[in-house]
Amino acid sequence: MRTIDQTTQEVLTLASTHFEVPADSLAPDDDFFKKLGINSLQALDLLSRLENHFGIGLPDYEVQGVSDFRTLASRIQSRL
Amino acid sequence: MLDLAKYQSIGAALKDALGQFSGEVCLIEADREREKERLTYREFQDRADPLAQALQEAGFNANDRAAIIMTNQSKWLISAYAIFHCGGVLVPLDYKLTPEEQWQLLKHSGASVLVTEYPIWRQLTASPSRASATNLKTILVTEAPPRADLSGTRRWEEFSSTGEPTFIPRQRKDVATIVYSSGTGGRPKGCMMTHENYLEQCVALTSIYAFAPGERYLSILPTNHAIDFMVGFFGPFICGAAVVHLRTLRPEYVREAFPKYKITYVSLVPLVLKNLQKGLQARFDALPSGKQKLFNALVAVNKALTKSQPRLALSRRLLKQVHQAFGGELRAIIVGGAFTEPQTLQFFYDLGIPVANGYGLTQAGTAITVNDLKPFRADTVGKPLPGMDVRILNPAADGVGEVSVRSKTVMSGYLNESELTAETIVNGWLMTGDLGRFDSTGHLQLFGRKKNMIVTEEGKNIYPEDVEAAFESLPVKEFCIFAANYIWPQRTMVGEQLLLVLHLEQGQTLTDELRRDISARNNRLLNYKRVHGLVLFTADFPRTASLKIKRNILAGRLAQQDRAAAILPL
Repeated sequence: MRTIDQTTQEVLTLASTHFEVPADSLAPDDDFFKKLGINSLQALDLLSRLENHFGIGLPDYEVQGVSDFRTLASRIQSRL
Repeated sequence: MLDLAKYQSIGAALKDALGQFSGEVCLIEADREREKERLTYREFQDRADPLAQALQEAGFNANDRAAIIMTNQSKWLISAYAIFHCGGVLVPLDYKLTPEEQWQLLKHSGASVLVTEYPIWRQLTASPSRASATNLKTILVTEAPPRADLSGTRRWEEFSSTGEPTFIPRQRKDVATIVYSSGTGGRPKGCMMTHENYLEQCVALTSIYAFAPGERYLSILPTNHAIDFMVGFFGPFICGAAVVHLRTLRPEYVREAFPKYKITYVSLVPLVLKNLQKGLQARFDALPSGKQKLFNALVAVNKALTKSQPRLALSRRLLKQVHQAFGGELRAIIVGGAFTEPQTLQFFYDLGIPVANGYGLTQAGTAITVNDLKPFRADTVGKPLPGMDVRILNPAADGVGEVSVRSKTVMSGYLNESELTAETIVNGWLMTGDLGRFDSTGHLQLFGRKKNMIVTEEGKNIYPEDVEAAFESLPVKEFCIFAANYIWPQRTMVGEQLLLVLHLEQGQTLTDELRRDISARNNRLLNYKRVHGLVLFTADFPRTASLKIKRNILAGRLAQQDRAAAILPL
């Protein structure tokens, strides 16, 4: 079982790879819309990739209003 | 379709539609690959009547207000039908707002009933603002897990009663819905829409884009939005067509839905349309050079043959693969909620996929103008719909002035805001605050806004005053928020941004600490409400005797600075 820190780190790594942003420029409390320069549609795309990576289902409502990596990771952690 | 001239209310028309089209499919609901539900109009009625009966037994009477906060799904429409059947006033709220904003609007609307989904309800209960909405008497929660704590609420699925509910008739001038065009955080702007507004708008829209039994509309825009309420509920229902709901809006499932359900119409906001364009273009660019040349030649032929009007059958044959990806039966993409760039519209039209763009606002009953495609004019927002009296106020030498509208579709006013209503509807004319002019063929072209607000590509109206609460008690002398184009008019409807104007204390500088404070506050706002830059102002803000900022005067003073130099990155 992953710890929340591991999950957060994996979220950051996946986001940096997928959106081609340097990994060291991302921090858990960053706003991912701003840091990755993405819109709400691209955020949904990120969600699909996170689902595949963690092997979980993540309904759209789980990320409603979420905009930072840490909260996103905690929503994933609760479904692992 | 039903002859809406005979009807007094949305409820009466929907009731007859359920009877007339009883055997037709009206709703399909899918969750990712799985089809969850498929209902005929008769089955829809079998679900809605027991709910309406239970609402009546719970004391829900004519003119009482009932709010819905849900994602797009069958229970949204079933609940709305039941509310109208009881003669109630529907308050459709945006499920994307924060719980605090939702509570604020629930309180403002005076709703006595709330219908919501369990995940939304969970967030609502966690908000301290809950205590403020004491007007709610009945709360219905859908899809709650078996052991969920639902104290003070009822399960939607169990809230039903036997017997035939009494149909409560309403008149055309009665209020049917209260639709919040914006206004959270500041002054809520609840547009009171009458039954007549909807009946007349539906007649006008279906005169150009009609539905028929067997056709399917893909409902993606939130149903609380005026466009989806009209073309994703009322319009298809009174024509006996079907509405398809997806429980996830991930792009991959949306793409699959087109061929799977043979979609006829879909409404999109410009952001989604542009995303679709980007995806298609990438696929075209990846074609081997020979195929690419052939494809481009076919597009050129299609373009030449559809110059004066769309020829769907021909385009579907010429560009078969593109049309098959959309299911082969798509008749038009309706785009709304915000301004769409002409090149995006042209891209789809050249592929033989008409995009029905237009221009409208909630206060005008959804659409004011629509492109009738005869011929297609990507550089305009189309011609006024039947029944719309549109004029340009105080035009400048180039013909550009404020667009104003008089029509039976214009709202009756803002809830509890008579002063604001009087400023917005003057002698029966709705002042849109948008700048435009008609060309020689009667097509409307838009050139920016006169009002201090922005509309995002996702179709969200943002009023700067509503965002200011997030910066309350910021350690500066004074601040306010402006739409950049309000200060420096750009004659464009795209790329709009909000700016935070700061007047620092004497001797104060814009330190990193202050920037961090601003960023932290900004990040707590929903992403589409955030400010994009800072502007420093070194004098006191002009104010009224009651200390309100004289925004137009301040904007004029700010405009004396050079735009590019004045806007500092956040």
